[in-house]
Amino acid sequence: MSTLAARALVCRRGTRTVLESIDVAFVADQVTAIVGPNGSGKTTLLRHLAGLDRPAAGRVELDGIPTGGLGAGVRARRIAYLPQGASAYWPLFGRDLVALGRLPHGANLERPLAAQDAEAVERALRRVDGLAFADRTIDALSQGERARMMLARALATEADVLLADEPVASLDPAYALDATAVLRAEAARGGCVVVSLHDLGLAARFADRVIVLANGRVAADGPPDEALRPAVIDAAYGVGFRTVVLDGVTQPVAWSRGP
Amino acid sequence: MNRWLIALVLVLYLISLAVGPALWPWRLGNEVGWAIVWELRVPRATLGLLIGGVLGLSGAILQGWLRNPLAEPGVIGVSACASFAAVCAFYSGLAAAFTLALPLAGIAGAAIAVALLMTAVRAGTGTVSLLLMGVAINAIAAAMIALVLASSPNPFAYQEISLWLAGSITDRDLRYLAISTPFMVAGALLVLGAGRWLDALSLGEDAARSLGVDTGRLGLRLTLGVGLMVGAATSVAGVIGFVGLVAPHLVRARVGYKPGATLVPSMLAGAALVLAADILVRLLPTAFELQLGVFTSLVGAPFLVYVVRRSRSAWLAT
Repeated sequence: MSTLAARALVCRRGTRTVLESIDVAFVADQVTAIVGPNGSGKTTLLRHLAGLDRPAAGRVELDGIPTGGLGAGVRARRIAYLPQGASAYWPLFGRDLVALGRLPHGANLERPLAAQDAEAVERALRRVDGLAFADRTIDALSQGERARMMLARALATEADVLLADEPVASLDPAYALDATAVLRAEAARGGCVVVSLHDLGLAARFADRVIVLANGRVAADGPPDEALRPAVIDAAYGVGFRTVVLDGVTQPVAWSRGP
Repeated sequence: MNRWLIALVLVLYLISLAVGPALWPWRLGNEVGWAIVWELRVPRATLGLLIGGVLGLSGAILQGWLRNPLAEPGVIGVSACASFAAVCAFYSGLAAAFTLALPLAGIAGAAIAVALLMTAVRAGTGTVSLLLMGVAINAIAAAMIALVLASSPNPFAYQEISLWLAGSITDRDLRYLAISTPFMVAGALLVLGAGRWLDALSLGEDAARSLGVDTGRLGLRLTLGVGLMVGAATSVAGVIGFVGLVAPHLVRARVGYKPGATLVPSMLAGAALVLAADILVRLLPTAFELQLGVFTSLVGAPFLVYVVRRSRSAWLAT
């Protein structure tokens, strides 16, 4: 049961402030969606949470301990990160690709995997329904199938926290639904899942909690039907939203230009 | 695959001892025969083995590290800088004054290139900044070599420099072996353990860092290792191109494209390539012995074109 928190986090690029005093805590058993228009700081926030960028001020804490103080190995075992548009530079076999997620646990692809690493790889493959692709090279897979293997790679670490940056961008609806189901299952397993999304409808349906970023600040933070109210997101996106209710879930729809 | 490659390297090494103007020199059964073996053939074959090995290994390291199947030891400017320093040793007459000036200058040149590259690695973690630094070093070294050649006072020095630049391991005695081997071995030991971090880098730098790879420290380690290996090799043999490019290509598909798993096979394949090429230049019925570096370029460049065309283009584009 882990909590990842940003405390008064500030990020500056030159004179521009990308993130302005972000104070949020992400808890276990939940899928938290980060939404916001392009350039609102979603990717930057995830990169800071993953420890890839050093904040100008403030800090990121895992269970109250600043992640900057954790060793790279400990951080890698506890926080898994799936970058946006994740890809691989070599046509690796699916199973080898997923096994990369076990590197923080000491796995070495040049040797046979230890039993617990091999089991974790098989579990991750099963969770994304990717066993059929495990023995094919990833250049022989479709974009959606490859994205599935990338997700399995992040799951294979079996970390306390999973950070996924736009894991369903530019993919078929079928894959998007499958992937969000996998992320929900990860939260059900006790994981703290933080995912940035472009699709507000998907966020409304699948997230336990939605954080709306606008100009590097938290514009709203709460359950989807509160955070995604037109009153909030109209200003954040500069668009007039309308809502429809489907199966009891409020879906925001971008309707008109200008709030 | 490693077992086959080791056997191939051993066979080629033995052939390299036997082949030359005096065929099967040990059959002479006298002191001259054994002198040929120990003072000419053994240093030559051993240098071929070591230089081929470190060139193949350096190619595999650079391709994995820079995630570019077209990277090679020359790319980051270490061989060019080593060449320039060695050319200076020729030009100043130091090389003529004492034999070891040449290798020492080459290693010094490589060390300077490595120091420059380290500043690039420290300044930014991106491989782009490193590649740009390599391009800059290459351009400056090439210009300086051209300048030294153009201002060469006598035609003999000019010829000597040109021949050396073409790359060869002919007539290198045990002293060359003694001064270059420790550097090549140290460099190889430094990089051989980096395989799993290169595997992680298949996912890009961000994902690799999230998996616990300290990309800055890895960069320093690999820059130093490649600098030692390529600097020492270039200083005794000149520029032997394309081995670092071809060797990893030959073995990559057989190890499932895992960058870490290509390291040892690439080293063995590089050794086999240079030994085989060095045997062939001795056997070819040319008026005078073809330069090894010229030969590897003549064979290597068309092979590279073939590999690039055959490779899945999508993976080369990234």
